[in-house]
Amino acid sequence: MTNTGEKAIIFELSKPGRVASNLPALDVPDVDVASLLPAGFRREVPAELPEVSELQLMRHYTELSNRNHGVDSGFYPLGSCTMKYNPKVNEDVARFPGFSQIHPYQQEETVQGALQLLYELQEDLAEITGMDGVTLQPAAGAHGEWTGLMLIRAYHASRGEQRTKVIVPDSAHGTNPASAAVAGFDIVTVASNAEGYVDIEALRQVVGSDTAALMLTNPNTLGIFEKDILEITKIVHEAGGLVYYDGANANAILGKVRPGDMGFDVVHLNLHKTFSTPHGGGGPGSGPVGVKQELLPFLPVPVIVKKGDIYGLETNRPQSIGQVKAYYGNFGVNVRAYTYIRTMGPEGLRLVSEYAVLNANYMMRQLAPYYDVPCPQICKHEFVLSGRRQKKQGVRTLDIAKRLLDFGYHPPTIYFPLIVEECLMIEPTETESKETLDEFINVMIQIAKEAEETPEIVQDAPHNTVVSRLDEVTAARKPVLRYTKE
Amino acid sequence: MVYRYLPVTAEDRKEMFAALGITGIDELFSDIPESVRLTQDLNIPAALSEPEVLRTMTGLARKNVSADQYACFLGAGTYDHYIPSVVNHVISRSEFYTAYTPYQPEISQGELQAIFEFQTMICELTGMDVSNASMYDGATALAEAAKMAAGKTRKNKIVVSKAVHPEYRAVLASYCHGQNLELVEVETFNGLTDLSALETAADGDTAAVLVQYPNFLGGIEDLQRIEKIAHQHKGLFIVSANPLALGLLQPPGAFGADAVVGDAQPFGMPMNFGGPHCGYFAVKKELMRQIPGRIVGQTKDDKGRRGFVLTLQAREQHIRREKAISNICSNQALNALAAAVAMTALGKAGVQEMATLNLKKAHYAKTEIEKVGGYEVVFTSPTFNEFVVKTPVAVSDINKGLLQQQIIGGYDLSRTYPELVNHMLLAVTELRTKEEIDRLVKGLEGIQHD
Repeated sequence: MTNTGEKAIIFELSKPGRVASNLPALDVPDVDVASLLPAGFRREVPAELPEVSELQLMRHYTELSNRNHGVDSGFYPLGSCTMKYNPKVNEDVARFPGFSQIHPYQQEETVQGALQLLYELQEDLAEITGMDGVTLQPAAGAHGEWTGLMLIRAYHASRGEQRTKVIVPDSAHGTNPASAAVAGFDIVTVASNAEGYVDIEALRQVVGSDTAALMLTNPNTLGIFEKDILEITKIVHEAGGLVYYDGANANAILGKVRPGDMGFDVVHLNLHKTFSTPHGGGGPGSGPVGVKQELLPFLPVPVIVKKGDIYGLETNRPQSIGQVKAYYGNFGVNVRAYTYIRTMGPEGLRLVSEYAVLNANYMMRQLAPYYDVPCPQICKHEFVLSGRRQKKQGVRTLDIAKRLLDFGYHPPTIYFPLIVEECLMIEPTETESKETLDEFINVMIQIAKEAEETPEIVQDAPHNTVVSRLDEVTAARKPVLRYTKE
Repeated sequence: MVYRYLPVTAEDRKEMFAALGITGIDELFSDIPESVRLTQDLNIPAALSEPEVLRTMTGLARKNVSADQYACFLGAGTYDHYIPSVVNHVISRSEFYTAYTPYQPEISQGELQAIFEFQTMICELTGMDVSNASMYDGATALAEAAKMAAGKTRKNKIVVSKAVHPEYRAVLASYCHGQNLELVEVETFNGLTDLSALETAADGDTAAVLVQYPNFLGGIEDLQRIEKIAHQHKGLFIVSANPLALGLLQPPGAFGADAVVGDAQPFGMPMNFGGPHCGYFAVKKELMRQIPGRIVGQTKDDKGRRGFVLTLQAREQHIRREKAISNICSNQALNALAAAVAMTALGKAGVQEMATLNLKKAHYAKTEIEKVGGYEVVFTSPTFNEFVVKTPVAVSDINKGLLQQQIIGGYDLSRTYPELVNHMLLAVTELRTKEEIDRLVKGLEGIQHD
């Protein structure tokens, strides 16, 4: 390859006759495939899959992994994603054959360990969130949101009420309005006030007899705690609506405050954020949903139950919203989260949130002289900066993010929430040492100085990555979405 | 207790408190209304050391009967297949599994390229033009395909065969309810979708016809005829397919399917008690901009070098919010990587060979079971690696008996098909040896008169 920045695609390494696996020889009497599958059913042209040796395969994927950045590679302060350390014991446990090599349709008496684990995880999550029951079926956060909204829809319908609207703050994650739409609701956006909180008066204006729910992230996506939360939940409840807790930011509240105690009726958690399961390059996640008593009858089936010392799967729930995923959720992810909760215990989980919040406040305070801080009050586990000062110097937030790549960091979340100009959303997590925070702070200060003195260094970044900035416009206009042999 | 994931020392805390001008951690939580602040510890079990947690988890795992010690003949959408060792080694590389969605392409080229390659492999197997980066599972992929069809055709009736996986249909029903779509189920005949009933059900209001290939009962549907029924009223033709079977079967793309979805679990994923697995979603080019979820595209950097990015993002929730095609954000990226590695390890020849082993071993099991008095292979249509057997006694009793002989028996069809009492769905993969199949047959023989 002439260009050192390019990496061959696996199909380009392919040569007929090479294999990277061994299958057992046929040990039953052979029969002609044609006698089992009539001509019209048989594949005529084989699928062009790669043909490489086992070493070629390993080198290929090792090279690819070397072109990727994970939490183990370096600091990853991606706001609202809680990129904390992914414990290795969790990985080992999830691979135990007693967990990984069990079939979802085995007789219940042969999977008592798995059902016990799921039942106890439900109980733990109910305690942590202050809810009365939990389903582990949703596969990710957005899936949990949709599940929660379907529960809310079923709840209102069971009371003969036609409530069609879901209120979402303008600072909310995009999944909130999208999930509400998939659940069949209309969306009403409520503005934030100048300090970054939900505007209580604006909320009063929009609630009414058609309000199904308010969806809220608390601490919100600006990293600040909705201090008027009790007033907010009261306003929605008085209008007959329910309040939904988006658990994306739950890493700030473990053992400190519980959504159930704040008046939330439905909550989802992201086990791949708060409970240390790996993000996997974009999944698999797990998005359990917890509910208050009144919503228990609507939980998805099957429900995992305990009768005496026996665990079982209950399907006879006439008011259930039905199923949201095949089987019982992303079990392997739930095994990791369970292992994490057993490792941390009640004191450990509380310390998680205390240190996550301490780290975020420390960083915010250290960076405040160099970047605009739109919400200068105490933050929780994350905070936002605005790059508007640097923008005036010709350096955009995107440039700052790209410059961070040169120092071996994954950049913060950028341009979100949408209500902050040139936004950088930084979440350090509790698993980072003070030394790492200090190094990152120093680099951010250096970049702020570069923006002032030598902006072109920042504008042209990154300088040290395997590829430089990529043409996303052409990628979308003339999509090339698969490899084709030239 | 020492917490090995928490690096803050007493000294660090002191320095950070000083920098913040606080004297205690509670000052950072003063914004939480006092009346709801927790004043006591959560009521969950105390922390365990690493050796203790390993002992606890080993104890729980040992309470389960697992396919490494028992011969598994259960399928029904989740299968016990050979997983090349390379798969676990690749997905255990922390640069892959501890990363998140590749939002910053310059430091995510590895993940992006791996997904681009995955998309290509899915297109090859299904005979389609475009694949996304994965869905939660086969069930939600099917539900999203139905939703896509309703959006594309602006019709609101979904017609699904009862020979589609019962849990896929259950999830489909939940999504249809959310979208106010009408769901019509079509009966089966001789283990296949009843085509005359399908003909009646599919009409001008039909957004899509959904079938499974091979279907839940093991039968291979006649996609050529179903395509005509689906398209005659301008609905979409959507097929949920087992991707391993496509190593041997004519791909749905060749029959004119508009979308092919399914679960890639047979490639590189353990059964995991039902998840995580890996939904896939592939379409014809015309539907490229209606596809849910992440898509990776090839492009160039500003020095002209080939690179990869997430693309066509105008479909997605973080841009379009409530107007997005789908609410999906995180998908099953690591499982898609596992599938790509497994498909690469098997390769062009290996996928055909593995599919052929499944076909022939299942055929052997079928033939031998048919010889046992009291048991009957009920459907006559061609099958791949699963088939239905009518049993002389309740399937649950048979499975209890088989368990004594280290065999995990088949799926009890009476759970979801009331008309199929005493009917068992058996799966035979390439991992089942002749000895195990013979043991199963003998086991069945011994239970027939209970």
